[in-house]
Amino acid sequence: MAVLDLAFRPTAEGDRSARARLVLAVLAGLLLLIALASLGTGASGVSLLAVAADWLRGEELGLRERVVLFDIRLPRLVTGMLVGAALAVSGAVMQGLFRNPLADPGIVGVGAGAGLGAVLAIVLGGLLPAWAAAMAGMHLVPIAAFLGGWASTLILYRVATRRGRTSVATMLLAGIALGALSGALTGILVYIADDRQLRDLTFWGLGSLAGASWAKLAAAAPVMALAMLATPFLARALNALALGEAAASHLGVPVQRMKNLAILAVAGATGAAVAVSGGIGFIGIVVPHLLRLVIGPDHRFLLPAAALLGAALLLLADMIARVIIAPAELPIGIVTAVLGGPVFLWILLRRRGIVDL
Amino acid sequence: MARRLMNAPRRAGFAVLAGLAMATAPLPVLAGERVVVVGGALAEIVYALGQEHRLVGRDTTASHPPQVLDLPDVGYMRALSPEGLLRLAPDLILADEGAGPPETIAVMRAAEVPFASIGEGYAPQDVIDRVTGVAEALGVTEAGAALAADLAARFEAVEAARAGVERPLRVMFILSAQGGRINAAGAGTAAEGIIALAGAENAVQGFQGYRLLADEAIAASAPDAILMMEREGDHAITDAQIRAHPALGLTPAAEQGRIIRMNGLLLLGFGPRTPDAALDLHRALYGGQGDGGS
Repeated sequence: MAVLDLAFRPTAEGDRSARARLVLAVLAGLLLLIALASLGTGASGVSLLAVAADWLRGEELGLRERVVLFDIRLPRLVTGMLVGAALAVSGAVMQGLFRNPLADPGIVGVGAGAGLGAVLAIVLGGLLPAWAAAMAGMHLVPIAAFLGGWASTLILYRVATRRGRTSVATMLLAGIALGALSGALTGILVYIADDRQLRDLTFWGLGSLAGASWAKLAAAAPVMALAMLATPFLARALNALALGEAAASHLGVPVQRMKNLAILAVAGATGAAVAVSGGIGFIGIVVPHLLRLVIGPDHRFLLPAAALLGAALLLLADMIARVIIAPAELPIGIVTAVLGGPVFLWILLRRRGIVDL
Repeated sequence: MARRLMNAPRRAGFAVLAGLAMATAPLPVLAGERVVVVGGALAEIVYALGQEHRLVGRDTTASHPPQVLDLPDVGYMRALSPEGLLRLAPDLILADEGAGPPETIAVMRAAEVPFASIGEGYAPQDVIDRVTGVAEALGVTEAGAALAADLAARFEAVEAARAGVERPLRVMFILSAQGGRINAAGAGTAAEGIIALAGAENAVQGFQGYRLLADEAIAASAPDAILMMEREGDHAITDAQIRAHPALGLTPAAEQGRIIRMNGLLLLGFGPRTPDAALDLHRALYGGQGDGGS
């Protein structure tokens, strides 16, 4: 707790960039450690050290070790890092864009749309013609979730854009309406779903990295990576936007272009993240707020720091999820909420009023 | 190292193709000594075949016989964890057709863990086929044939009992009654399957699966008997609650007190105990005139 105390002690006014750089370095180190631990942790008890020792001695890895490391843990590690980073960065971008501490990736309609897509695939997937089912194979649900997320973002964007200007307030409100509509359609599908599909829906909604595979990553990783690579270009503009849209545009920020890029990036990153891992809440809202308390609201540092911390936290949660009730596995959404909720509340209690943008 | 990494997705892809091919090909003869069983009825079949010493794991749906609960639990059959399964170092996984997710099954194939997928269904022949399938996968075809013959004989006894029914009773299976809302079994359910085996008819028609029924639909279905699972705590529904229910209370079942409760896995498992379950239900329905059976 002493470390946290130190971290959250308000600094003198002004430049926090030295501290931000330090935090970035610490987070990078932390992520590396957690990633190694994650590779070495799992229900099967395959140990990274033992495998490394075998490998150094030039021994061929056993099939079981190979499958556990390269078909299970490694794709899971990469998926976890990308998804955690994508959710946290998207959250930070959305909170900056909407100038609203409650904003999270769900706000551009990705969450609700992706959820509807997934439910459609789970409940009605059996009605697809054989050729389509064969093409999508076991990736039908992620594909549908991704398409659903994108479709709802496009609809929201169209609704909120008039004469080339996108109103963030309209988008926020339309997002709520679209969310309710998706919820209702999901409700109809839940009603006609059979028992098994209902269990599938529940598990999907709680999120999991257990289905990670190279095939899924090959599809989702480029989208998430591209979207995140775009966000550093948004940092300065988001900083200016904190002063308000008019002020930002007087400062020479191409506000509309920036909004387009931000919405595109968030829809891509979260759409792909939700598609591969289901509904994982909390990362997108907790990580940026935590970091703002430590390094301040400067997006140049906030965005990369959010990527690192989001990745680290999700990996940590996944490690817990996969060993705590082994050989079974806990949905990761439960772990992120159980861990994140109390910590976040504790911070709010200690530093009441500090959470603003 | 790099080469191995590159191979991983290809291997997984191949495993999926192999899986598709296996779905149509007959099951190969497998003889596992460390078996994980996924599916409550399959676990029962393994015990009925006397092969329980080969089990090293089971899923959450397995609950009979009670000893099966001592085995490590690999989670719900539709949300199996690949590494959790590998931890048990199985050399055979016996799973219901519906087990998943497909990603986990692809990893099992990549790890070259033999995976026997056993079909489902609610007809006597389906149950017998499952027994034969499990026995073949375990390499105990003789015991399998004996159990299958025994099952066939017991199903014949059930059929004989069924033949004596002149007017089939109409039975409503109630899954739950939370807050007075009745969730009943429609067509294509295990409940309908066992009701038919017992020589009765499902009183609830017009939809697939389990649905909440409107009060008017309950009154219109007018069941002669109500069937439920034995439960404790919140889910338990007493006879008094049924009689007090605005729609259920008016049905012939409630008026005659023909309310039957049976163990859930026995009733709906469609495993080796199914003929007994069907006979029990048959007797409860037709045996003692209007006596509740519970």
